Amino acid sequence: MADTTLTHTGQAQPRPAGLQGVAADWSSDQRAFKNVSWGKAMMWIFLLSDTFIFGCFLLSYMTARMSTRVPWPNPSEVFALHIGGSNIPLILIAIMTFVLISSSGTMAMAVNFGYRHDRRKTAILMLLTAALGATFVGMQAFEWTKLITEGVRPWGNPWGAAQFGSSFFMITGFHGTHVTFGVIFLIIVARKVWRGDYDTGRPGFFTSRRGRYEHVEIMGLYWHFVDLVWVFIFAFFYLW
Amino acid sequence: MVDITPADAVPPAEVAEMELYHPHSWWTKYVFSQDAKVIAIQYSATATAIGLVALVLSWLMRLQLGFPGTFDFISPEAYYQFITMHGMIMVIYLLTALFLGGFGNYLIPLMVGARDMVFPYVNMLSYWIYLLAVLVLASSFFAPGGPTGAGWTLYPPQAIMTGTPGGQDWGIILMLVSLILFIIGFTMGGLNYVVTVLQARTRGMTLMRLPLTVWGIFTATVMALLAFPALFVACVMMLFDRALGTSFFMPAIVEMGEQLQHGGGSPILFQHLFWFFGHPEVYIVALPAFGIVSDLISTHARKNIFGYRMMVWAIVGIGALSFVVWAHHMYVSGMHPYFGFFFATTTLIIAVPTAIKVYNWVLTLWRGDIHLTVPMLFALAFIVTFVNGGLTGLFLGNVVVDVPLSDTMFVVAHFHMVMGVAPILVIFGAIYHWYPKVTGRMLNEAMGQFHFWVTFLGAYLIFFPMHYIGLMGVPRRYHELTATTVMTESAHDLNAFISIMAFLVGFAQIVFLFNLIWSIRHGREAGGNPWRATTLEWQTPETPPAHGNFGKELPIVYRWAYDYSVPGAKEDFIPQNMPGAFGSSREPA
Repeated sequence: MADTTLTHTGQAQPRPAGLQGVAADWSSDQRAFKNVSWGKAMMWIFLLSDTFIFGCFLLSYMTARMSTRVPWPNPSEVFALHIGGSNIPLILIAIMTFVLISSSGTMAMAVNFGYRHDRRKTAILMLLTAALGATFVGMQAFEWTKLITEGVRPWGNPWGAAQFGSSFFMITGFHGTHVTFGVIFLIIVARKVWRGDYDTGRPGFFTSRRGRYEHVEIMGLYWHFVDLVWVFIFAFFYLW
Repeated sequence: MVDITPADAVPPAEVAEMELYHPHSWWTKYVFSQDAKVIAIQYSATATAIGLVALVLSWLMRLQLGFPGTFDFISPEAYYQFITMHGMIMVIYLLTALFLGGFGNYLIPLMVGARDMVFPYVNMLSYWIYLLAVLVLASSFFAPGGPTGAGWTLYPPQAIMTGTPGGQDWGIILMLVSLILFIIGFTMGGLNYVVTVLQARTRGMTLMRLPLTVWGIFTATVMALLAFPALFVACVMMLFDRALGTSFFMPAIVEMGEQLQHGGGSPILFQHLFWFFGHPEVYIVALPAFGIVSDLISTHARKNIFGYRMMVWAIVGIGALSFVVWAHHMYVSGMHPYFGFFFATTTLIIAVPTAIKVYNWVLTLWRGDIHLTVPMLFALAFIVTFVNGGLTGLFLGNVVVDVPLSDTMFVVAHFHMVMGVAPILVIFGAIYHWYPKVTGRMLNEAMGQFHFWVTFLGAYLIFFPMHYIGLMGVPRRYHELTATTVMTESAHDLNAFISIMAFLVGFAQIVFLFNLIWSIRHGREAGGNPWRATTLEWQTPETPPAHGNFGKELPIVYRWAYDYSVPGAKEDFIPQNMPGAFGSSREPA
């Protein structure tokens, strides 16, 4: 199989540990990150860039929240669900977070089975991940609907600072878009795994390049990142 | 010629041959091409086309400033629209796109010895999204209300209010959408450039053997990937403010006697986000110029670059420092004096690595065999211009000096010298230098000399007087300054003089464009390596290089990029892919 990058070059010579190893890698020939494929390097650098996007969003939200002179709506009340006669704070978010974190688990298992070339299990676990992701987005849609019917709008809400609604819809919307794209790509990669594209070396439709099971891992990097971002959104938006 | 180093001294290949996409038709070869060289030319042509629009806009502004009251069609609204579009196009759609999308795409794979960018398909998408961004931007000229007139910094709240041209029409929306598209497109290309440099170099090409051009473009791309997110976020939030009525950046405000629906937002937040992008942006444009000019000077002075390692660390250091200086654009925004103190200090610290680079360029020239070719003239002009522009940066970096100079023509003159004229001189030099590789023919020398002298001297005749009228207190962004105390008679005369010079310099660019087209057919045949340069792009088997760049075998690199005039060598340059040890190379161990 013609890989674009050799990940197993048979170079078994010991590499220096610690900072010296970092320096040795960076000053070495051809590649700064040894045995890291192009696709994986690219995904890591993209995620670094995306971190800055989410960082700017969250910092802007915190600035808005700290500088507003109008009271901020109380998240424990706003995000409570009325179940069985009592308001349970944050119950929906707790379930959403649980679902999303679980999907990271299924994704990690998919990566493992992918490297064992177990097509069936890999594809099933990826589809399960996609299903959990879609469930998350569905619950988010439910949460949005609930807030909208209660009168929350990007430009105002019944309880206090207008920036509450605008930040909420913007940040969760941007994150939800990430999850949605993730679900779409999970399904695409799962289909390729199922069909055996990575065994037969079938060229990609757009890129005309042959893929490898590593794509599952690269997909997983993105997915774990989206989960990690959610943890921060959860902490800063719902727990603060 | 002693002790030939055997080829197996170079470590074995770690990067396997790349699967190239082979075009099947004219469309996939020249239009939807996945070849980085074709994409580079597409980027450059598009950037130049929209740059010409910005050039014409600057003429229109100068018409108004030089001869106020003469041209009725330049209303105050139109004047602000010209300013805004001129600035935004020049900084983002011309300079950034040309340096990274144009030179980056062409030079990175060739210089590091790769067949192409690592993900050619994504690279192609990058161009088409960039083109879409340019079209959206250009469409705002034809939208109801015209383009936005918010100033290139797009400061809220005025950017989305009725009094600003395009503020409540389509102008600002199209501008923000275009920027968002640009950032998406750039990210696709930028990831390619970074991964190609880090992971796809040819055998023997360590990071410390990269030509400085690649170091400059690489560092600038990393910075862009970290700085553009702030602009992306700012654009999204302002788009919501304008289109959905949110109040991220909009405080409670009364407009035309009516209380607006907005309230509670922070205009300063936008300034922070904008300048967290905006200041690195200065160096995103400057670092590729630094890198390219180092290579031009070394090649045309036939001498190794002085202090190569220092140059690399200076590039990286400037890149890192430029992320902690952004608020020096905001000294008059009312921030805490201690912040001003902090940002003034970091700003002045940046002068240290920058000065190191200037000293090293001069020391490279010192006792070199200087060939005053057109690219070399432009490179020398860059050094002078960059020093001049940088010195006024020291004025503006200090809070107490900046406050009175803020929003005067002095600021306009400063940033035009340092990030307008200086990088564009490098772009011209680079085009004269690499045109033979792209087309196989030299640009016409006589036209080049004419273009250089008019552009170089003209730029000084434009911007030196502008410093002076700025010191006199003439403010920027004013449509018309008539009988005010700051505008003396002599300042009026100077303004008219500046305008006339601006037209002259502008027309000289037409000679340059004519030269570009004329030389494709009528230029002197260049051969593969007309400048007798060492770097890999000059060692390709074909000129212009074919798809895949290097024929059957990728080159193996045995030395750094600066083996010029090595004592004991047969010629005064040793290509990077030539094996063997020759006398006393100055390559750092």
